[in-house]
Amino acid sequence: MEELVQHIINGLNLGAIYALIALGYTMVYGVLQLINFAHSDVYMVGAFAAYYGAMRFHLTDKPGWLSFALTLVISMVGCSVLGLCIERFAYRPLRNAPKLNTLITAIGVSLFLQFSGQVVFGADPKLFPEVLHDETLFSFGAIQIQLFDITIISVAVVAMLCLNWFIQKTKTGMAIRAVSFSFRSATLMGINVNSIIMVTFAVGSSLAGVGSVLVGLKYPKIDPLMGTLIGLKAFVAAVLGGIGNLPGAVAGGLLMGLCEEMVVAYLSSTYRDALAFGLLIFILLFRPSGLLGQTRVEKV
Amino acid sequence: MRSLLGWILVAVVALVVSVAATVGLNPYLQQILFYIAINSMLACSLNLVNGFCGQFSLGHAGFMAVGAYVSALISLNFHPFSGALEILNFPIYALLAGLCAAAAGFLVGMPSLRLRGDYLAIVTLGFGEIIRVVLLNLEVVGGARGLYGIPGTIDMASCFHAFFWAGATVLLLWRLIHSSYGRSFLSVREDEIAAECMGIDTTRTKVMAFVISSFFAGAAGSIFAHTTNSLNPASFQFVKSVDVVIMVVLGGMGSLTGSIIGAILVTILPEALRPLHELTGVDLRMVIYSLTLILLMILRPGGLLGSREWNQLWRRRAARS
Repeated sequence: MEELVQHIINGLNLGAIYALIALGYTMVYGVLQLINFAHSDVYMVGAFAAYYGAMRFHLTDKPGWLSFALTLVISMVGCSVLGLCIERFAYRPLRNAPKLNTLITAIGVSLFLQFSGQVVFGADPKLFPEVLHDETLFSFGAIQIQLFDITIISVAVVAMLCLNWFIQKTKTGMAIRAVSFSFRSATLMGINVNSIIMVTFAVGSSLAGVGSVLVGLKYPKIDPLMGTLIGLKAFVAAVLGGIGNLPGAVAGGLLMGLCEEMVVAYLSSTYRDALAFGLLIFILLFRPSGLLGQTRVEKV
Repeated sequence: MRSLLGWILVAVVALVVSVAATVGLNPYLQQILFYIAINSMLACSLNLVNGFCGQFSLGHAGFMAVGAYVSALISLNFHPFSGALEILNFPIYALLAGLCAAAAGFLVGMPSLRLRGDYLAIVTLGFGEIIRVVLLNLEVVGGARGLYGIPGTIDMASCFHAFFWAGATVLLLWRLIHSSYGRSFLSVREDEIAAECMGIDTTRTKVMAFVISSFFAGAAGSIFAHTTNSLNPASFQFVKSVDVVIMVVLGGMGSLTGSIIGAILVTILPEALRPLHELTGVDLRMVIYSLTLILLMILRPGGLLGSREWNQLWRRRAARS
């Protein structure tokens, strides 16, 4: 029983991180109908931005909440800038091209970031700077609640609440919703679609930055290929919840994290990577639009 | 009569290439030649799905892996011919490998080809990964250690075998595309709804393209297994699928000639870039690859040949509507 509770806590942690990254996928998909394969590598670059930023400003010397917050900001800014560059130089020239071409470009950008990351950052893993000390907050029997567990979940929740406020309450958020509802009508309503798409990329990418710092805290080993698998799983989480649907991405992420933790705990850890895709195929067969997605009827 | 002519042509070309390769090339270049044959098969077969049928598959390495492992396992346990006739085993292995991969293609394609565009890409990608993870965990095929001691050598006969398969792939796909099936593939690519209105069973058409494509990928996997003599799940990662996609896109989606050219370029490019690697000390190969892919999509989205074939090269590019 205690073991189960511990696994649930770990699963929620993992799930919160997946959810943050899945939000980026789902937002971009919402406005552009594009699987932004490069998102996973934006996440990787976020971790490295945090790494170099923390080294540059000697944040490891005085670990604490301030250093942690600074690392978060550095990573978010780094990711946003990268996301904007990708949108501007790779996706925008292809705005009116067939979908397949954009998809291939996205894969190209992803590979480009991975391999130039290996050249620039070096292929060997680096240790993420310890900007916050972990400690056991309280324990019931065998269950231990670590500071990092609470931090990850609360930071993720705050980020999601901010996003929700931004999408639902602000004018820009309304414009994002309008663009994702109908690209063409949004243009007719006087919305500057290009700048809205840029905002979407910036926000989605900065969420990946938050995710990367949280992962860096919990699993402090970063390398240029770290994004691939977690990115794929986050994408699966987004599809699971219904791609283009923000609450769906969160639900999908949490579900994914929990399932994965349970598979590792009670079945076999080697199958954890197959689980994501097994789950995805299963969902797509029975509910192709995801858990919370709406089925759209194609009109001629 | 014409079909016979095609087969004779394929046999003659394969014979010429294999004789030339064994007489005039060193083992290193022979190896590259083999990879060109394998990659041409992969690229042409993927082009059937991606280029002609308009479905985006990202799991080609998975089908290749199925073929390679099936072929390796059969060859380690079963030899219908021995002695001087040993070479006759390999077509059988390749055929069986192709059939198994086709069966896998059917299993994957049947449910997933109802999905559209992006979802299909993800499901096929997921399938490729699942195959790899299963191979990693199967002790029968050596797990993460891989499978060693697979029979097969590089000599004139095996070179003929590889190039005959490559030629046969191109010929069969060529004839398929120029048949009524080919036209239904094209109609599904152009407009699925309109195709359906014309009485084409779109799911069936797509599954057919997918199964045929997997068959040739499996056969290519078999040739790969007997060329390298050892297999490892790491050879069939996502990047391998992307490699094949790059070949198809580079050559032009919807052009078999383009796929062959793409396969040759993508096989030779890393070898040609080797001096650069030694000069700079860092592996810029994949960086250049990926940059090529992005620039290609932006500057020349149709690839080198677009949808033109060798006999239409003189034709100007059709105006886009």
